[in-house]
Amino acid sequence: MTDNFKMKVRNLNVFYGKNQALKDVGLDIRTNKVTALIGPSGCGKSTFIRTLNRMNDIIPGVRVEGQVMLDGQNIYNGNVNVTEIRRRVGMVFQHPNPFPKSIFENVAYGLRIRGAVKKNSDLAERVERALIDAALWDEVKDRLHSSAFNLSGGQQQRLCIARALVIEPEVILLDEPASSLDPMATLKIEELLQELKHRYTIVIVTHNMQQAARVSDWTGFFLMGEVIEYNETSEIFTRPKDKRTEDYVTGRFG
Amino acid sequence: MSPYTREKVAIAVLWAAALLVLAGLLAIIIFLVIRGIGVIDAEFIFGMPRAGGRDGGIFPMIVGTLSIIVIAIAVAAPIGIGGGIYLSEYAGRHPLSRIITFGAEWLAGVPSIIFGLFGFAFFVVFLGWGLSILAGGMVLACMILNETIRTTQEAIKAVPTSYRAASYALGATKWQTVSRVVLKSAAPGILTGIILGIGRAAGETAAIMLTVGSFMALPTSLFSSARPMSLHLYLLAVSEVHEGAVARAFGTAVMLLLIVFAANLSAHAITRRFTRSLR
Repeated sequence: MTDNFKMKVRNLNVFYGKNQALKDVGLDIRTNKVTALIGPSGCGKSTFIRTLNRMNDIIPGVRVEGQVMLDGQNIYNGNVNVTEIRRRVGMVFQHPNPFPKSIFENVAYGLRIRGAVKKNSDLAERVERALIDAALWDEVKDRLHSSAFNLSGGQQQRLCIARALVIEPEVILLDEPASSLDPMATLKIEELLQELKHRYTIVIVTHNMQQAARVSDWTGFFLMGEVIEYNETSEIFTRPKDKRTEDYVTGRFG
Repeated sequence: MSPYTREKVAIAVLWAAALLVLAGLLAIIIFLVIRGIGVIDAEFIFGMPRAGGRDGGIFPMIVGTLSIIVIAIAVAAPIGIGGGIYLSEYAGRHPLSRIITFGAEWLAGVPSIIFGLFGFAFFVVFLGWGLSILAGGMVLACMILNETIRTTQEAIKAVPTSYRAASYALGATKWQTVSRVVLKSAAPGILTGIILGIGRAAGETAAIMLTVGSFMALPTSLFSSARPMSLHLYLLAVSEVHEGAVARAFGTAVMLLLIVFAANLSAHAITRRFTRSLR
């Protein structure tokens, strides 16, 4: 069985001022699979995931060297349209961050800024579909125009997922999406990811090793800015090749 | 003294301070209202002054104050808000932005009479506008400009970075993020700043004395001289100890207080309405 690679990373070095956050990272993200990135705090996994949609660009003083390829094209090329990259590679953050708008307007935002969907009925249809795909529709369908802040944490996070889905990305990046949620809400998110991977490519950063083991197909272990080991999830957790990986997944440090 | 006693003493002292402030404010308001409420009737508000202001109403003065406020806001709001947005979102750490911010802070300490002198020399004489509500409005605009910029900057700074991150992650441009997310969030704060600027403009006396003149007739054009309420109040109070004049001075003061009060109330109402629609 041959894998397709949605994104390939080569020789990635990232600097915050004088600090080197990522050293010579190389990784292949497989299409329609869930790739998890694990590692202790400060290991660079969040920095790494942010390079995949150029979100590091908005941090002052950041320098990125190397190549990040999306469908074979380097997204760090000079003439690349960043807003288009971010449409194709969406992101969900650690703490749910809905806009101070209604549930409907939150989801519609990505469509409105592009102005591509003109008719209100089409807009409403896309919003509904995104909310269904994010497993939130039933819970909000009769209060679409109420404030997003009325939702629980778990619901807000699913709203953020719907907001990312509505613009039909190809890759979804999730940076510790369930770390501020209770176990029930976490479970819902994890089930959602299993559904979504059939249509999208998913990359998830997680602090929670058991979650990585439950949810992902491939896992990369980061330590101090380097990728120590990258393999199928089952291998990483049962037959790790590097001692550091073994120590981390068995809980000897982290 | 034990820590618990210290705490009780501290609370008592702080309470006393707060009550003193409240008492002082109430004293001023009550004193003015008692002395001034007697003259306030429909004729006072809508009638023309007679006998140099010792009799009659203050309608031209009210119009004068309102016109100056409108001009000041019309000029200061777009420049101040635009400047505030630029400094917060686009200029970043550029040395120019630090110079502008420092300049704005420094301007805040300049006494209003000096602004008046500048306004006289520049708008009235150099530009040839003469003593006019336009000159007065422009000087006031200069005075409230730095506050408008600052309030805008603070309001924008208060918008959580997470909103911006979410917007960029969806592929929005900087301007889309600023206009659709940041400004919408910062709007109550910015509006409050504008409205407080109105309050300040309404009461300004020294600066307008040198730029608007003190003509008592109803202003008919931008270049008309006029006598805003604050100036009228002052002139009546110092002119002579005539019962009608002094009473009308207090009446004017009460009307002026009402305008400032209305401005503050609307600032609160707008802020509440905005934050309610977000919750």
